[in-house]
Amino acid sequence: MKKVVEGSYGIADAVRCCSPDVISVYPITPQTHIVEHISEFVAGGKLDCEYINVESEHSSLSSLIGASAAGARTYTSTTSQGLALMFEVLFNVSGMRLPIVMTTVNRALSAPLSIWNDQQDAMAAREAGWIQIYAENVQEAIDLTPQLYKISEDPEILTPSMACMDGFILTHVYEPVEFLDIEKVREFLPPYRPEDVLDPNDPKTFGAFADPSWFTEFRYLQFQAMERAKNKIAQVSKEFEEVFGRGYGGLIDTYSMEDAEIALVTMGSVVGTVKEAIDGLRSEGVKVGLVKIRSYRPFPEEELKEALKDANVIATIEKDVSIGYESALLTDLKAAFYNSPIRVPIVGFAAGLGGRDIGIKDIRSIVERASRVKDSGIEAEFEIFGVKRECL
Amino acid sequence: MTRCEVRMVVEPGSSEITKTGAWRTFVPVFDHAKCIKCSLCEIYCPESCIHQIDGNFVPDLDYCKGCSVCAHECPRGAITMVLEEK
Amino acid sequence: MEESLFAPGHRACAGCGMPTAVKLVLDAAGPNTIVASPTGCLEVTSTPFPESSWRVPWVHSLFENAAAVASGVEVALKRFKKTDINVLVIGGDGSTFDIGFGAISGMFDRGHRITYVCYDNEAYMNTGVQRSASTPFCAKTTTTPTGKMSLGNPRPKKDMPAIAVAHGVPYVATASIAYPVDLRRKVKMSLSADGPAYIQVNAPCITGWSFEAGDAIEQSRLAVDTCLLPLIEYVDGVLVGVKKVRRKRPVEDYLKTQGRYRHLFKVEGGAEVIAQIQAMADANAEKFGLLD
Repeated sequence: MKKVVEGSYGIADAVRCCSPDVISVYPITPQTHIVEHISEFVAGGKLDCEYINVESEHSSLSSLIGASAAGARTYTSTTSQGLALMFEVLFNVSGMRLPIVMTTVNRALSAPLSIWNDQQDAMAAREAGWIQIYAENVQEAIDLTPQLYKISEDPEILTPSMACMDGFILTHVYEPVEFLDIEKVREFLPPYRPEDVLDPNDPKTFGAFADPSWFTEFRYLQFQAMERAKNKIAQVSKEFEEVFGRGYGGLIDTYSMEDAEIALVTMGSVVGTVKEAIDGLRSEGVKVGLVKIRSYRPFPEEELKEALKDANVIATIEKDVSIGYESALLTDLKAAFYNSPIRVPIVGFAAGLGGRDIGIKDIRSIVERASRVKDSGIEAEFEIFGVKRECL
Repeated sequence: MTRCEVRMVVEPGSSEITKTGAWRTFVPVFDHAKCIKCSLCEIYCPESCIHQIDGNFVPDLDYCKGCSVCAHECPRGAITMVLEEK
Repeated sequence: MEESLFAPGHRACAGCGMPTAVKLVLDAAGPNTIVASPTGCLEVTSTPFPESSWRVPWVHSLFENAAAVASGVEVALKRFKKTDINVLVIGGDGSTFDIGFGAISGMFDRGHRITYVCYDNEAYMNTGVQRSASTPFCAKTTTTPTGKMSLGNPRPKKDMPAIAVAHGVPYVATASIAYPVDLRRKVKMSLSADGPAYIQVNAPCITGWSFEAGDAIEQSRLAVDTCLLPLIEYVDGVLVGVKKVRRKRPVEDYLKTQGRYRHLFKVEGGAEVIAQIQAMADANAEKFGLLD
């Protein structure tokens, strides 16, 4: 039965259902509501776990390193400046192969200071060796939580993961969601039993330093695990659908792509707006479709090529930039296609930066631009969409 | 050659494989007759390589770096540092 | 033959004071212990993959987060009802006084049952002897070198024990490798504290301080006997223990044996600095009642 709740509450409840052992908490808008709800659950006896209020995000993730190494299932949530502050810890966690799961609420990075949504934070962290899956709506973000534990804790994967959800848009929205049933989750998600644990009965050393004769092999093993994660993500998504009745596809999902000439590629909450825009455009005869990226890392290279190979033009829409050169998804997508026989023009739009709304009319405008590319070639490969030139 | 442990987990005490005794220039020589068995040499040794065997304090020359802390601290001057012939 | 919990084969400099401190701490804590260490001399010399000198479970993450990592360990042990296991941080002064300061403050504030041992060699030694907040007044380091415009480190040593006391930490102590029985006792006191504990162990660095081979223990002894290093302990904020100095030595006897202070005996202004350092020592003696 569906209940109308704030998105953050849904996530907090999803975390509760995953039976974490240790949760670390630090406040930062707009993820704070998640941890506030979790703390209410703990205080009210609804969630039996250890809960620590730490003094910075660097310490929130660091404390989970200790807890995870000691055998605990762990959770934290952060955004923007907090994610940036824990930047070095992200690499440390993935390098130490600790299956920590985190909700990254996507928010713009200062400067200028902004509390509003974009995806710069997680995109900037895409090198850090974490699995990154983007949620389209609150339900998907809820449903992702147990899936990520199942993926990360798999002994063949042992890679930390983050569920990315757009700040305010998905955290503060009130919409009807289906809550997870904790008993069903317990069946779906086995308890965390790592092989290596900090234990005086069987002492082990975690975190030795590796000189040049050893380092490469550690990175190589991480690559192999990410490769295995591709199948695991798709497989777990299917298993989840079988148990809970809600499916989201695998590494990607497609919408209206069957005979699409214009293909939009994007991720996160804007997917909902894009789908509505596509419905409208289709009714006008425009052959437009959407490829929704769910897993950004591991990057769904093969799936994207398969989904986009028959389009006449591809337009990416993303909420991040790489200052000095385009933006992440556009660049990664072009690179994925370069050596393939697919010769479809690819253009990209960075929109929604710092929380600027992306409306249906904006999507329509992008489709129109893409259509022009289809007909008369590329004018500009990359554009920051909607710049108010009169302000400059 | 050790197999790469996926999780960077290392076995306890495995540093014993490295014989730091190869570092030294001077080697401690223990005069057991002078020794009063105070065990300060064992307590202070940074390598944890002085052990009491059959009553006598003996350095483990596999690890002794010849740092001379034991010789400096022995209250009876029962330890002398001698240039080691190799 | 008893085996230390800190195995030989580590790469510490010959005659380093730190491994002596570490093995004394570990052997006092016993095998039912988990240790977190920050990056630094101890971590680097004890764990070059695939080797480890640690015979207890040990975790290293980053430079400034050992206190946070240990907090997570302690909380997980609570969760698994294994609260009899000792949780220690053993880290250097660079991490403790500077970059890890925030995490330590948080750990103290949350009241975790963790004993934080700082082996204090008074500079960032692993990276080649740079100044930390623990570096004493006018000591030479590579980032506080001496020259026409400088007499070395211009700032006094940060008072970390006082900061720990100010956090309400139930047990705070300073210790020296020259007084191993005292150090062991303090470790045991720390482990039985109902909350965090902080022990600062003076650990002379032969490479960074530049003294005669084999002199590490004597250096620490001199630091105590000059009253530059008061050996004190606080329980619940009250000074309960002071190691009396039987025969007070002038600070010169200490300073002249170390290369990092050699300039004070040669350059203009050096004598004034020595007098200032003597005044600091005398102030310690007064404040803590070090002399009979």
